[in-house]
Amino acid sequence: MSETNLRSATISVLVENESGVLARVIGLFSGRGYNIDNLTVAPVERDGSKSRITVVTRGTAMVIEQIKAQLDRLVPVYKVLDLSEGPHLARELALIKVLGTGEKRAEALRLADAFRARVIDATTESFTFELTGATDKLDAFLELMRPLGLAEVSRTGVAAIARGTTTIS
Amino acid sequence: MDHTNTAPELMNSGAEALLRALKAQGVDVIFGYPGGAVLPIYDAIFQQNEIRHILVRHEQAAVHAAEGYARSTGKVGCVLVTSGPGATNAVTGLVDALMDSIPLVCLCGQVPTHLIGNDAFQEADTTGITRPATKHNYLVKQSGDLVRVVHEAFLVARTGRPGPVLIDLPKDILIAPAPYEEPAAQPVHRSYRPQTAPDPRRIAEAVALLKRAERPVIYAGGGVINAGPEASRLLTEFTRLTGFPITNTLMGLGAFPASDPLFLGMLGMHGTYEANLAMHGCDVMLNLGARFDDRVTGRLNAFSPNSKKIHADIDPANVNKTVQVDVAIIGDALATLKALIAAWKQDSTKTDKAALANWWAQIDVWRSKNSLRFTQPRDKGSIIKPQYAIERLYQATRGRETYITTEVGQHQMWAAQHFKFEKPNRWMTSGGLGTMGYGLPAAMGVQVAHPDALVIDIAGEASILMNIQEMGTLAQYRLPVKIFILNNQYMGMVRQWQELLHGSRYSQSYSEALPDFVKLAESFHGVGLRAESVDDLDRVIAEMIAIDKPVIADICVDQKENVFPMIPSGAAHNEMLLGPEHKDEGPAVTNEGMALV
Repeated sequence: MSETNLRSATISVLVENESGVLARVIGLFSGRGYNIDNLTVAPVERDGSKSRITVVTRGTAMVIEQIKAQLDRLVPVYKVLDLSEGPHLARELALIKVLGTGEKRAEALRLADAFRARVIDATTESFTFELTGATDKLDAFLELMRPLGLAEVSRTGVAAIARGTTTIS
Repeated sequence: MDHTNTAPELMNSGAEALLRALKAQGVDVIFGYPGGAVLPIYDAIFQQNEIRHILVRHEQAAVHAAEGYARSTGKVGCVLVTSGPGATNAVTGLVDALMDSIPLVCLCGQVPTHLIGNDAFQEADTTGITRPATKHNYLVKQSGDLVRVVHEAFLVARTGRPGPVLIDLPKDILIAPAPYEEPAAQPVHRSYRPQTAPDPRRIAEAVALLKRAERPVIYAGGGVINAGPEASRLLTEFTRLTGFPITNTLMGLGAFPASDPLFLGMLGMHGTYEANLAMHGCDVMLNLGARFDDRVTGRLNAFSPNSKKIHADIDPANVNKTVQVDVAIIGDALATLKALIAAWKQDSTKTDKAALANWWAQIDVWRSKNSLRFTQPRDKGSIIKPQYAIERLYQATRGRETYITTEVGQHQMWAAQHFKFEKPNRWMTSGGLGTMGYGLPAAMGVQVAHPDALVIDIAGEASILMNIQEMGTLAQYRLPVKIFILNNQYMGMVRQWQELLHGSRYSQSYSEALPDFVKLAESFHGVGLRAESVDDLDRVIAEMIAIDKPVIADICVDQKENVFPMIPSGAAHNEMLLGPEHKDEGPAVTNEGMALV
């Protein structure tokens, strides 16, 4: 398959919050040779009985359809929703530590302000920023921080939801 | 939760609650092997008489036996193994059942909950190891979950696309008192809801295509067998209604009567010429319960290039996986066939009689090649051709209640080609995983379910040694299984590929120092027979059938015989080799083809 036919898909999976369910989903991807570009998981029901897994993956249209069908046949899966089939929102949060002093440190703070990153910790030689946004916004900010002393990054992965009245359940 | 419907009753032990749940699920026999972690279950088994336990000699055999039981009865097979090595030994059987969609529940001992993760004696991460080897698996951590999990496991194993389900049972859960609840009459699962009823719009589209077809073919697989004998009956009814040619996969043999003139035989790598060329040349293909396996399709980009394809399958993940289809029908084969028959009768469109007659004339030309032909020399002392041995076995068993299992290799393909099946559930072979050592334990399970039937494992001398220890089980339970070994002293299918693809360099495919199978049978309290030439064959077969004991019939066959016809790796359906004489004129095997298995 040529690379040009690959598309990215953001798939949300509503699962029973039971032991091993994440391993089932990840094992499905590794066992069948599918890509995982990004993955998040957390309980979403008040009683903690259901979790939502969001996977960003890549593949040909046929492979994306396979991934959805394979996910859907897992016993603890309630619903599989391909958010990239329609308008949707995707956000990620990053905690970013930048080390430096003097002009570089000041420049980092100015750029953070432009990106609406919040300073959540600071020393005389460091800033820790919190930044929320789409994946490409985070990537762009990190690229700018690199020459300014970028030292460490922790990212949550993508949480995504459909626009409008569409829901997963 | 959703699986039970009465007030809970506290049982003295988890093991007792477990057995009661098994009885409620209709289990009458368990294939198993004891060990430390499952002693409480064995103790509970000892104190009751309703569930029979068959003690195997290796856990892999317990799973294959349960597969044989399940495939010949349509019921869920049940396995019981201990923790650690008991569980890991069962893994091959579980994957086999997963690939061939066989409903099983495997109960597995585990170290007590407080020791899990401590590298305790005979501890293994069984749910971790078997996650990709099962349809679903469970670790029971609380007594209150035990019975619900058992009821749920049976539901998952038998519904939708059937498959193996494993329950990991820590020893403390088996000892502590546990509540018991009856299964619900109409169990509903929280998240698992397989679609069984086909969409009527897709049925109508399918019938519209089929009615207008000029060169149709029906291609039916194991899904029809899994849907129960009624589905096979309806497949026969539908095919006769249409007058269309039909071919079966290896897994589907018996879903349509082999003696019917509409039957083209098996398709695929070692399928008949007419079946494969009909698949290649058809304009409308109806796939019922088969999955476009690579053994069936040959080279994908040359697979049935000019046809509209209809695919009916219970598993949506099978649709458009390897072959893009025009109409996808998701549903159970029985429901699908019912709907197809009703829609076919309702649609007043007449089929194109002239076109169909032309199509059949073409098929008859292909048939006249007689692609399964072989020549058996009849002079005194002539060496037996393996195909002839199967044909004579088939003739000798006609009219009897006969069940055939196989191991994996050349003998398996010859059995599929030359033994004719009229009914479903009579043919048990490892299709997807291709597990050598499957046939003997599977035959054991079939014989347990059908004590008075004639059960024959058609074997090779290499495969049979992979689970030969089960001769002990046959003796213990007086299971008169017949093992019919086509002995060519080679791992024949390996040798065949080495001959065709690797310059006849027979690397490690010759078995030195084979046992004397006659003496081997005797040492296991059975009877051993041998046929060394064509003069002995019918007598040995007749004796084998007549003896009411386990028998090994060692049939010495031509060492050089290969399985034909054959679609070489990476070739298309219309590039078949019909026999050794065509070996050098067939398509050259490409590097890509060489890389395929």
